[in-house]
Parts: sequence; C-alpha cells; structure tokens
Amino acid sequence: MRKTLLESLTHGSLTEPAPAPDDSALAELATKVDRAAQARLGRSLAIRQVDAGSCNGCELEIHALSNAFYDIERFGLRFVASPRHADVLLVTGPVTKNMRQALERTYNATPDPKWVVAVGGCAIDGGIFKGSYASVGGVSAVVPVDLHINGCPPSPTDLLKGLLALLEHVGGKG
Amino acid sequence: MGILDGIPHVSAALSHRPWPRAVVTEAGWQAAIDRLVEGGLTLLGFWGEPTAVHMAMLDAGSAEIAVVSYECTAGTFPSVASRHPPALRLERTIHDLFGLAPTLADDLRPWLDHYAWGKSYPLSGRNTSRDARPYQFLPAEGEALHQVAVGPVHAGTIEPGHFRFTANGEHVVRLEQWLGYTHKGIESLMQGASLEAAAKLANRTSGDSAVAYAFGFARAVEAALQIEAPRRATLLRALMAELERLANHLGDIGAICNDASFALMHAQTGILRERCLRAANVAFGHRLMMDVIVPGGVTRDIAADGVSALRALLAELQKVFPRLIELYDNTASLQDRTVTTGIVKAEYARQFGAGGYVGRASGRDFDARRATAYPPYHALSFEVPVLQAGDVNARVWIRIREVEQSIVLIEQILDQLGPGELETALPARIGHGACEGMTLTEAFRGDVLVWLRLDGALRVERCHLRDASWFQWPLLETAIEGNIIADFPLCNKSFNCSYSGVDL
Ligand code: SF4
Repeated sequence: MRKTLLESLTHGSLTEPAPAPDDSALAELATKVDRAAQARLGRSLAIRQVDAGSCNGCELEIHALSNAFYDIERFGLRFVASPRHADVLLVTGPVTKNMRQALERTYNATPDPKWVVAVGGCAIDGGIFKGSYASVGGVSAVVPVDLHINGCPPSPTDLLKGLLALLEHVGGKG
Repeated sequence: MGILDGIPHVSAALSHRPWPRAVVTEAGWQAAIDRLVEGGLTLLGFWGEPTAVHMAMLDAGSAEIAVVSYECTAGTFPSVASRHPPALRLERTIHDLFGLAPTLADDLRPWLDHYAWGKSYPLSGRNTSRDARPYQFLPAEGEALHQVAVGPVHAGTIEPGHFRFTANGEHVVRLEQWLGYTHKGIESLMQGASLEAAAKLANRTSGDSAVAYAFGFARAVEAALQIEAPRRATLLRALMAELERLANHLGDIGAICNDASFALMHAQTGILRERCLRAANVAFGHRLMMDVIVPGGVTRDIAADGVSALRALLAELQKVFPRLIELYDNTASLQDRTVTTGIVKAEYARQFGAGGYVGRASGRDFDARRATAYPPYHALSFEVPVLQAGDVNARVWIRIREVEQSIVLIEQILDQLGPGELETALPARIGHGACEGMTLTEAFRGDVLVWLRLDGALRVERCHLRDASWFQWPLLETAIEGNIIADFPLCNKSFNCSYSGVDL
C-alpha cells in the first residue's frame, strides 16, 4: 500500500487544465443571476444532484467529475448530501410523474438563492422519452431552470463547462 | 426430456425464435409453476400483453429455454407469485400495466403504479380506473422496533428508490424496497416504434448497460428475422460489451471500497474507469458506446486509432490492476467490513435465478455468454468465476476475476478482428406476418432478457426488457437482515442493482 501511495505521488498529475466556460451557457445565465446573489456566494457552490427519472447514463458522467482527471472540487464546486446545504440542484431525467413530487420537495427544501441546472437531453424536454404517459417532459415543467447542459449524456467536460459558467456568474465576474 | 415435454400445451408459436413458445391451458400453466417450485426450472422472465401472460424458463441442467403463454380470456391468470416468490414483482407489474389480475394472489399491491400517471393500466388498451390507496408496507412488529425511511432522493449521486428499514437498535430486522420512481414507460414507447427508434430506447433502459441492452435488442430482432450479423460486427459488439463490463466493474470495486471508508482504492479505480471510457470514446465515438449496435450489425467501424488506444488501455490495466488487487487483499480494515457482510444464501440465489456476480458469488454457475453461447462468445475462450461465500467480499472477488476475464476477451477479439462487413441488410418487410425473437445477453450485472414481436412492416408490436436486477433486488432485502444499518450502503453497492432497468 505504501508503495502504491508513493507511486501515485510521483507519477505526475492526471488532472486536466480547466475548459473554458461554455459561451452559450454564459449567455443563458447572464439574464438570470442577480448581483446580490453573487456577492453572497463568493466563488464556491454546493451541488445537490437529483435523479428525477434518468436512465442513469447522466449520473455516470456526473460521477466522473469527481475523478482525478476532472477533480471538480478544485473549482470550489462540491457535491453535498442534502438539499439544505445546496446552492445548485443538478437535475437529470425526463422528470417522471412518480418523481415529480420528490423533485418539488427537494427544490422547496433548498435555501435561496438557488439555481437549477438541467442535465442531459431528457432533462430539457423529455428527450427520447418525450410523450410517455409516465413522464412530465422536462425539468422546467416542474421547477424553474437556470441552465441547460445538453448531451446524451453530456461528457464530463461539457458538464464542467456549464458549471464553470455558472460559477463565473455567481462569483461576480459575469 | 425437452423442457416442454412435462408441460401440457395446446399449440406452439411457429414464428418464435430461437427457443420454443407454447400456449398452455390452466393445467399447463400450473405444471410449469410446479416445475419452478420444485427447482427443476428457473424463472427467466414473466411479462404481459393486453390479453396474455408469458413466462420464460430455463432448465439449468440442459441449458434449454422455453416460453409458456397463457391466454387470459377472463382477464385473469393463476398467480405464479403465490407459489413462487421470484415472480412477485413481475406479477405486480403485469397487473399495474395491463390490468390482468392474478387469481389467488397474496400480494396485489401496486409496484410501478404510484397513482401519478393520470391513468390506470396504461398498456391494457382499455379505459378502466383503479382505486388509489396509500402504499402499505409489510408489517414488522415487536418491542423496541423502529422504522427508518430512506429515499426516494438519496444522499449520493444515485438513482431514486425508497427503502423502509425496520431496526432493532442498530440491527436491521426487515428491509422493504419500493421502487418505480424512474418508470418512464419504455415498453409503451416501444409499441409501434421503428427498429431504429426502439433500438435507441433499448440503449437507454439502464445507462450503465447501454451496450448490453443494444446487443440484446439487436439479437432479438435478428432472431425474429432469422438473419445474422456479420462476424466482424459480432466481434465489435463483444468488444464493446467487455469494455462496458470493465468500466462498470472497475467503478464499482472502488465504490464498494469507498463505502468501507477506503478512498484510495476508489481514486485508483476511478482513474482506470476513466481510461476505459476514453478508450471507448476513441474507438467508438461515444464514452458509453450508445447507438453503435443496431439490428443487423453495427453503425460504425472501430476508429483507425481505436485498436492502439485499446491495446494501451490493456497494458495499463495489466500493470496497475494486479497491484490494486493486492492492496484489497492486504488491507485488513477493508476486509473487516466486507467479509461475512451481506450474505446471500446459495439456496436463494438458485431459487431466484440470480444473475451476474450476485448469483456467482453465491454458487450459481450461470453466465449467458456461456450458457447460450451467442456469437462471438461461442468462439472465444474465457472462464466464469464462481464462489460460495455469498458475502460482499465474494462479490468483490467475482468482479475482480471478471475484470481479468474481460481483459483476456478483449485481447482475443483484437487478435481475431479481420476485415469484413459491418451490417447485414434487413428485409424491407416480412411477407408472412408477425415474428418473435428472444435473447439472453450477459450485461455486467447479469443476464438481460429481451423478448419482442415485430409486425409485417418491421415495427415493434411489443417488446419486453428484463434486467437481472429483478431477481437481485429481493435478495438484497434478505442479505441485509441481521446486519447493521451502517453496512447497508456497502451491501447495496456490492449489488449495484439497476433502478431504471427495473422501473422501465
Ligand atoms: S440524457 Fe441520455 S444519458 Fe441522460 S438520462 Fe437521458 S437518456 Fe440517459
């Protein structure tokens, strides 16, 4: 074990340089985040992930954000266990009717100021599951959405770009 | 003796391939249930249509498979679950979706239906309503018992589901799961869909098994149409399937260790998992390899630099993985958490026909790649690891051995990958009406069953997708009994059952 630890210290960093924040995401956010909120939060955000009916593909890529390559915490972004500790809800899935209430309650449990980021094609408008008797269609049909990150699933780099755009705005740079 | 010989049946569906499907009367249906109860046959699948129910069964000895169908002329069928518990959730689902009622059922509580859809029995084609009642959890009574309710929204980045623990102090007396939160209506969206659209839906049944589902769906269509994908396409399919298995096992081995507070392993396997996904992206243009496998073959060839990317991945795995195994094996604090925790009894694994590492860690020697020997696995050599202990540690070791086997398989495939066609053309339509196909495909967590019927214009009339998790989730309930609540995440992770794959 000691050997492995030492080697991982010596074989150089895997962590990649940060991608530039997504321009279209910046534009979407510019209209939504006010200065008061920016001043209050500084440059860190606590994220609560909510699977509102996804196929789990999006979750796999959200997980990847925490690996050594993307290392999301270095940006001041961190995943938290409770909506009560969260600034951001990262929501996936074509919100199912069976999850609608749970999503609403999670949203209501999140203190203001808060942002909702809809992740993946399904979260935008139901995606491939659009039109099903069991789905409401997209996250914005249930709670207000501040930012969409498209993809099926979006790659960790796409996710990072979107979240960095959010951070830029919240941090007062935008 | 053939599997259907002991089961009286009235007729056989001629267009069902490759295994027989027979229509039975009540006597035949009961005879089939008898064989399941005696343990002569294993339940592989149980699904509905608006006026019929079907059961797929496996004879473990001969590896024979058959389907029996019962016409529900009165809207009812004799309950399977009241005599054979593995059928229970599937039976409740059939009732939720089709309104067909099992007679003499002990448990008819809704399973997928949370009374939020705005309609009852959505796949029945009828307009009947159902009384909405609050969900009743099973009782657990006694002094000093308390309940802990968890979910549907969990603390981590995982799928939604509800767990109701009844505990005596720290010890779990009963765990009851209630799922259905991610029910998206996949089987209804499939009805009438083109093969292209249906293949995309199959891909997204459970994101971690995207390749396995696409593979199973494609093969079911090919079975129905009696065509075969070209050899190069089957090799590429298996290549993707093994890459998917590698990525999932690596991620899970680390995540299990992480739940036992050993984050170092998680960090290291996380790196290896990411390397798998990146190699997959180079080779097939998508990190999860979605939408590459389609009926008839594959949509794209491996990229020019794909083979070298995969060889580099294998070299890295061969260098690093053995050291991680050593680390797992030599860390007493970790083993202290995994050994003898969350035991699945061998008897239950057999009765439930538990697939994948859950079954194989509890002595059930079954792997669809070997049992049904579908191409290209019939021509590849690999071992199927089996252990007896049935605890978290055994499930970790099965995954470790499977990582090694996947590496061996990918090497073989790369060596055998000669030039060749990528797709067999599908007929424009079928002259003789509907046809049916069924397959069993080994996903990383166990066998996925796909059953479908195509109409004359090659549209999907009905498709049923059965994840291995159907028969694993109930065993998790048994595995946690007598353990402490704090060990639940660890047990749960060692199963890693799919929510989306069973909620559909
Ligand atoms: S966007 Fe794609 S990957 Fe994400 S939940 Fe939907 S189907 Fe799955």
